[in-house]
Amino acid sequence: MVKINVNGQQYELNVDPSTPLLWVLRDNLNLTGTKYGCGISQCGACTVHMNGQAVRSCSIPVSQVEQFKIVTIEGLSEDASHPVQKAWIEEDVPQCGYCQSGQIMTAVTLLENNANPSDEEIDRAMTNICRCGTYQRIRRAIHKVAAKGGE
Amino acid sequence: MSIDKTRREFLKKSVSVSTGLVIAFHIPGMIPATQAKVRPFEPFDLNQGEINAWLAIEPDDTITIRVAQAEMGQGVFTALPMIVAEELEADWRTVRAEYASANRTIREEGAYQRMGTGGSRAVRHSRPYLQMAGAEAREKLIKAAAEKWLVDKSECYADYGKIHHKPSGRSVSYGALANAAAKISVSGVRIKTPEEFKLLGLPKKRLDTPPKVDGSAVFSIDVRRPNMVYAAVVHCPVQGGTLRSYRFNAVRNMPGVLQGIKLKSGIAIVAKTYWQAKTAVDRLPVQWNIGDEGKTYSDTFRNEYSAALANEGTIVLERGDTKEALESSEKIIQSDYFVPYLAHACMEPLNCTVSVEKSRVDIWAGMQNPESVLNAVAKEAGVAHENIHVHNCFLGGGFGRRSSNDFVIEATKIAKKVGQPVQMIWSREEDMKAGAYRPMAAMRFKAGFDLDKQLTAYTNHSVTHSILKDLGADVSSGIDRTSVEGLANMPYAIPRKKITHTIKNTHITSWWWRSVGSSQNAFAMECFMDEMATEAKMDPLKYRKKLLAHRKDLLDVLDELEEKSSWSKPLPRGHARGMAIHECFGTIVAQAVEVSVDKYGQAKVHKVVSVVDCGNLVNPLIAEMQIESGIIYGISAALYGKITIEKGRVQEDNFDTYQMVRMQETPVMETHWLLSGGNKWGGIGEPGLPCVAPAIVNALYRITGRRIRSLPVGDYYLQVS
Ligand code: FES
Ligand code: FES
Repeated sequence: MVKINVNGQQYELNVDPSTPLLWVLRDNLNLTGTKYGCGISQCGACTVHMNGQAVRSCSIPVSQVEQFKIVTIEGLSEDASHPVQKAWIEEDVPQCGYCQSGQIMTAVTLLENNANPSDEEIDRAMTNICRCGTYQRIRRAIHKVAAKGGE
Repeated sequence: MSIDKTRREFLKKSVSVSTGLVIAFHIPGMIPATQAKVRPFEPFDLNQGEINAWLAIEPDDTITIRVAQAEMGQGVFTALPMIVAEELEADWRTVRAEYASANRTIREEGAYQRMGTGGSRAVRHSRPYLQMAGAEAREKLIKAAAEKWLVDKSECYADYGKIHHKPSGRSVSYGALANAAAKISVSGVRIKTPEEFKLLGLPKKRLDTPPKVDGSAVFSIDVRRPNMVYAAVVHCPVQGGTLRSYRFNAVRNMPGVLQGIKLKSGIAIVAKTYWQAKTAVDRLPVQWNIGDEGKTYSDTFRNEYSAALANEGTIVLERGDTKEALESSEKIIQSDYFVPYLAHACMEPLNCTVSVEKSRVDIWAGMQNPESVLNAVAKEAGVAHENIHVHNCFLGGGFGRRSSNDFVIEATKIAKKVGQPVQMIWSREEDMKAGAYRPMAAMRFKAGFDLDKQLTAYTNHSVTHSILKDLGADVSSGIDRTSVEGLANMPYAIPRKKITHTIKNTHITSWWWRSVGSSQNAFAMECFMDEMATEAKMDPLKYRKKLLAHRKDLLDVLDELEEKSSWSKPLPRGHARGMAIHECFGTIVAQAVEVSVDKYGQAKVHKVVSVVDCGNLVNPLIAEMQIESGIIYGISAALYGKITIEKGRVQEDNFDTYQMVRMQETPVMETHWLLSGGNKWGGIGEPGLPCVAPAIVNALYRITGRRIRSLPVGDYYLQVS
């Protein structure tokens, strides 16, 4: 039995403790907003929050997150009202959309740690891959959240 | 309250009553509805109000418009409905999109005309009949209103979701007329001229954005069916090899493992969860039958392609006597260019969910070609076409890769043996190694100059892996026309020219890759154009203008680029601009890039200015996103893209070895439209890509004094001269 806390819910799951968190979220909890892109911590499509920090869930065994509070894209807001989600809509970021849950989760922690990141700081924090190339709009959306003071 | 919220509450509720259990609970109806009025892969429940195959209007005025092309990020779920809505005089806020049914287009003999997505054709090709669908519905609504009011229909007009009666000032909304309109027939319907457009040309926001920021957009990898199990696959590491044997007993007792399924060139392990399936397939002892292909290397291929450049090749085009002209030239320059195989690397690895029942098959996948999937599955499963239901999803990238049915057929083969719904996922490694790649090619160019540095003749011979040949098409002419796109129809005025081609394939499978032949041909040709300019001692942009004096459309684009990129304005030392121009898929793009070399000897792209003439624009916002997307895809290919073969095996298998541009390498991108209007509606998904590599390489020459003639640029250590 593995006990995990995801989006404020407590779960007890009968899964192999070495299973990556990503697959537990997707296959056992049906939280499919978190995506599989590479499985080796390269792309960031699987990014979730672990006690408020962005982590790549494909590379963390579920047994290691028992003490932490996990938040996925589904738990970020009730109705896509998080300032980062709103900025993503205002700046028309997504194309295919597949990487965007991960991009948003990464941007949220960037902005929580640094309310007004510079371009270099955005470069350093936003290492997620977007094969559709939405980076310029992601950058704009992050600046927009900063300019609005996180509203 | 949004429906989405209901779903979340449902999830929470389900969770709270079932704590402590591993439960594969199911979302009712399986489809998370979204605020975006966009829901792929299952039709909305509509019983009435369908005015024609393309659209239905409900009593509350909600307009559902069907999209026959795949939404793979390029915005068809918004752009194509806009075309219909324009003619329909709809209130855009009431429009939602859904996929057209491939099953229906087969039953109703082409109700949706053509369901493939590729060749940047969504708008180029579909526009006239989508306009007609909207216009026909508009006329039916007008006629229905006139009949209702007992007035002449010439006194009625459509505007903003309502039919108005001019003399009396009465109006009625579409929703109240739809059922009557559905039964009416009209003829002689007229579509608008561009001056009459109200909606087309506006930067309308995409309908699919909201579900793509909260995780609710359904990609095929997110499909969940009752009793669904998962399959992980491993393919023969050498393409074309076959399965010899495997020891299922070695993994039989691993958790969740259900069965092993033999495929011709691979093996699938089916388990209760994907992770269980993947863990087992990774441990499975497998042996393969591998032929001489297992002794091949990229370097050898490259040498063979280069050697073949010396052959004559098949003549694609010949104007004048180039042989004689070259012999009598004062100076001849000759250069060989080379490009490697490239993977598509869609962000969502290939996957497909299949349910096979006795007389019905259901397919959930991201498909660029749902109709051809339907046909292929009917054959594979031995089930009648009308009983095959393909449910297209949002595609986590396509770029050509998802126009192949290979993965769908493989999943169908697996599902046939499993007896319950199965979701097959190719791991990133399988996605990259069992790929279908942008062809490898070698190209030789020659240009002759007289004493005054005037061009006397130009020849080009390309040796290219042929996609059409891989597809089994007839290429006995010796020419694959898709391989010479851009080379054969090069726009420059040259007194004598000769274009030749050689088809040369390896055991690697090739496939359509974003911008197809133009992706490699524009690189080589536009770099050689710069070499010719250098020889003629002219500025590269001015040199192109000289050779394009007969093409006003291209000249206008070049003029605009010159201005918008501040072409002649000096840059700091170590920085330079390069440019290229290319026409493909009905659209002209010229780009100027600003590049520098960093302290590690690597290229850094700072800025890309694009000038685009696609004639007319449906939606400038979506089009601009596509140009940016093509640029980033193009930079990834130019700087890093390379599939390497060793012992017949693809070496790159994930994003650590097959690098992508990330935020840090993203330049500032500026897109300028120079729309020539008229009847031209050029494609937009691909044309942003081909100029990127030559413009970068041309800029690097100005910094380093060295010509790069083989991609990727990352293979070179660059030094500021
Ligand atoms: S899937 Fe986790 S980083 Fe790519
Ligand atoms: S939006 Fe397609 S991968 Fe980022």
